[in-house]
Amino acid sequence: MTRLTRILRTTAFKLALLYIAVFTGLSGFLLLYISQSTRQLMDTQVSQTVDAEISGLVEEYVRGGIRAVAESIDRRSRRPDASLYLLMDFSGNTIVGNISRLPTVVLDETDGGLRRMRYSRVDATGEVEREALVRIFDLRGGFRLLVGRDLGEQSRFSTILAGALRLWLAAVIIMAAATWFFVSRRVMKRIDAIAATSQTIMHGNLSGRLPVAGNGDEFDRLATNLNEMLERIELLMQGMKDVTDNIAHDLKTPLTRLRTRVENALREAKTTEDYREALLSTIEESEQLIRIFDALLRIARVEAMAPDADMPETDIARLAAEMADLYGPVLEDEDGELVTILPDQPIMALCNRDLVAQGLVNLIENSLKYGRPAEGPLVITVRAGTENGRAVLSVADNGLGIAEEDRDRVSGRFVRLDASRTRPGYGLGLSLVKAIARLHGGNLVLKDAAPGLMACFDLKRAETSGGNTDDGQASDRKPG
Amino acid sequence: MLRILIIEDDAEASAYLAKGLKELGHLADQAADGDTGLHMAQSASYDVLIVDRMLPKRDGLSVIEALRKAGDQTPVLILSALGQVDDRVMGLKAGGDDYLPKPYAFTELLARIEALARRPKAGGEVVTSYRVGDLELDRLTHTCRRGDQDIPLQPREFRLLEYLMQHAGQVVTRTMLLENVWEYHFDPQTNVIDVHISRLRSKIDKDFDKPLLHTIRGAGYTVRDTSD
Repeated sequence: MTRLTRILRTTAFKLALLYIAVFTGLSGFLLLYISQSTRQLMDTQVSQTVDAEISGLVEEYVRGGIRAVAESIDRRSRRPDASLYLLMDFSGNTIVGNISRLPTVVLDETDGGLRRMRYSRVDATGEVEREALVRIFDLRGGFRLLVGRDLGEQSRFSTILAGALRLWLAAVIIMAAATWFFVSRRVMKRIDAIAATSQTIMHGNLSGRLPVAGNGDEFDRLATNLNEMLERIELLMQGMKDVTDNIAHDLKTPLTRLRTRVENALREAKTTEDYREALLSTIEESEQLIRIFDALLRIARVEAMAPDADMPETDIARLAAEMADLYGPVLEDEDGELVTILPDQPIMALCNRDLVAQGLVNLIENSLKYGRPAEGPLVITVRAGTENGRAVLSVADNGLGIAEEDRDRVSGRFVRLDASRTRPGYGLGLSLVKAIARLHGGNLVLKDAAPGLMACFDLKRAETSGGNTDDGQASDRKPG
Repeated sequence: MLRILIIEDDAEASAYLAKGLKELGHLADQAADGDTGLHMAQSASYDVLIVDRMLPKRDGLSVIEALRKAGDQTPVLILSALGQVDDRVMGLKAGGDDYLPKPYAFTELLARIEALARRPKAGGEVVTSYRVGDLELDRLTHTCRRGDQDIPLQPREFRLLEYLMQHAGQVVTRTMLLENVWEYHFDPQTNVIDVHISRLRSKIDKDFDKPLLHTIRGAGYTVRDTSD
């Protein structure tokens, strides 16, 4: 596309054309209106003047007869800027007047109205054809009187107006063209800048940002929005890259181990028992791999589930108690302690029991893996309660906690905060909890438990969970 | 020996399964689509049916429903690669007895098939006590004795031992324990079940010569009197 066609295609160009058309139309209309009304005004003035002269002459005729009229006309004709006069006898011969020739038909019509006509007049330069507005009056005795005004003034005025219109049009077109030129140049410059930046971004340089002029105009707003979008895309791409790197690392490690074991078995195993041992450990290792994929798939499935799917009512206080019962011995074996803070009444929530249990277990296991304090026993606190009308489950430890700036990203897939990635786990636990919380219309929130980390997620309460009505049922239930 | 019918359209998976089961001394028939499977299940008597959910001609769930409608109560293990979270619920609602998502470990499948096949028939006489070697569990009095010694058990430990003894001689996997003793279906990441088992073991085996609660590597646990 050449530069010219590009310019012709710009919105600025089309707008300029439209404005020229609109302005021209408007000014044409204005000029037409002015000339029309001026003409009418002038016609009225002419008519009044002519009428006044006729009545004056008629008066003189009554007083002094035809001679007086002729003298008066002769006198009046000599004045500068004189009207047109013509006095004729009954046979049409001119008695006196300053018109040299006029169409004969004119004189036959004596209905008293004003009419336009062309006439010839003796001038300093000779005989010239002019236009005039005249009225013909019959005097008694067969005389005819013609009085009129030359329209030269009017046509001069029209010429001036037409000239003004032409000038005006030229000015409008020039101004429009100039405005369009500057506007489109500016716009093109900005657009070209944006296009150039997006080109570099499309070529893979995601760190590029659109120029913001800082004057807050629409281009700035657009550029700011696009920049925010680019920021987000860059972040997502970075996350994607991290996930890929981490998957590569986390899957490669067990695969390498698997391979090493098989190779060792091939090289060193002597007895059937040795082979059996090698195969068993191979299975165990591959089961670890399957678990990673299962965990990934589970997250994907939970994320794909419709959040409004029918959720049965579940007592999450009891669920928390049962999970604490499941994990209590694990902590006791390590001289730690699992404390529960549970209400006496059941907390009925609309949730998928297995998924919520999985979420809670993931949080407990995270605390087990990463929540150990620098010294002293690990204490995990499992809590179920209500907050702002939502059911809340939380797990807190007394470990080192997570720095505030890391709390957001730690629930990303395969994110592990220890850079060496030597501690157990795949960095998928919190991702699943987050997905489960989202499925239930809630969110996973990590807080400072001072010391340690507290992870909470909220669920929708069942509407019937009136507390008291559920009391009897709860105590009937088999404990633990 | 169990008579098992595998209704699975993936020929390789089906053959692998049948081979594994036959090597263990079971009889395994194969059907590659829902219609054939239903026909075979109705014309012969099987101890367990293994039914894949996605089948040509007739969906796995519809096979189970048709069987149940005809009064056939043969235990059914559903295999599914669908993997929706509420898949299990749908499968069990349709009349399945157990559910295993793909990919599964063969040991897990085997343990579940044996548990299904040896499940006490509905309406049969109620077992009030279990006995393995000199270990005795009384379900009415909720007491446990080994030899002449009373063993006090926590309620959860009792349920755990009860399930293990109910399936004495069979391998019981960790997920089976979680599903049947705790009644939760999820994936515990750590060895949480092992901790409970080792506590139980310290109560019932520690002070005695002969261990009864055995760990089966790569599979799970079993309660067995090895002198049998």
